[in-house]
Amino acid sequence: MARLNVNPTRMVLTSLKKRLKVATRGHKLMKDKRDELMKQFLELARQNKALREEVEKLLNEVYGNFTIASAVMSSQMLEEALMYPKQGVAIEVGVKNVMSVNVPVFDFKTESSDTSNIYPYGFASTSGELDGAIARLSEVFPTMLKLAAMEKEASLLAEEIEKTRRRVNALEYVMIPQLEETIKYIKMKLDENERGNQTRLMKVKDMMLQQAIQEKIAVDEEQLREFKQKEAGANPKQK
Amino acid sequence: MYKIGVIGDRESVLGFKAVGLQVFPCLDSDEAVKTLHRIAKEDYAIIYITEGLCKDMGDSINEYKDMRIPAIIPIPGMDGSYGIGIANVKKSVERAVGADILFGND
Repeated sequence: MARLNVNPTRMVLTSLKKRLKVATRGHKLMKDKRDELMKQFLELARQNKALREEVEKLLNEVYGNFTIASAVMSSQMLEEALMYPKQGVAIEVGVKNVMSVNVPVFDFKTESSDTSNIYPYGFASTSGELDGAIARLSEVFPTMLKLAAMEKEASLLAEEIEKTRRRVNALEYVMIPQLEETIKYIKMKLDENERGNQTRLMKVKDMMLQQAIQEKIAVDEEQLREFKQKEAGANPKQK
Repeated sequence: MYKIGVIGDRESVLGFKAVGLQVFPCLDSDEAVKTLHRIAKEDYAIIYITEGLCKDMGDSINEYKDMRIPAIIPIPGMDGSYGIGIANVKKSVERAVGADILFGND
């Protein structure tokens, strides 16, 4: 693993150590977030699948009813009957926070609350099958809304999980090893410098000692010589 | 207040009009893509698209995938389900987990 391109100084070492600490902590938090998101997501995906299957089944039924209705009535009549809708639907979008992912919550409101009065046509020219089909569809509709909210939530959660997973991996396999490697490198470099310094000092001390000894010897010899000269000068008179 | 849109072929979307949704009948996927982009800018929170049209407009739908609104949901049309909806669920599982671990055996 490549190490970072930094100067091996004590200051950089301190800041790198700090960064490593932050990275490790971030990694742990991210990992926890990923695990929790995953847990919620899998549960959601399971529900989502079941709900989708249900909606598809129900819608197929509705379409079947419509097919029958259009078989009984002429298509012009059918279209005319449904041309101007009586019922209106508006939805309110709220926000739900799932592990700091904002997911929409749909809350729908129908214009007329009376479910028996949603047919936008007079009953004279239409068939009973159409009534049935529309009634069924308006029953299915809330489930479709639920499905919409759930699918959106699932896809948003999936995106967030993907992002979080990338971050976790980047921290785990790139950032943290790189920081550790660099810290190790700086430590080794500093230790090496320290050792170099130590030997140099020892060497200097040796040299200084040597010099001091030499000087001492020189002084001693000088004194000895002076002493001998003095002795030689004094003795002949005594003899 | 947001609205709900339905894009699909004429026969499939007819019924949704009766229950109060805004319907946009489209003949082919090109028209559907144009309609989708147009109404996505307006205040539609949910846009249902029939799978018959959906199958050829993957890219345009993916554009809105990571936005909170609108939610674009494929629904089966008059001509039955193409399995796109379930495939989308699968895809998001794959995206999150890295492998399909939920529906792998069917």
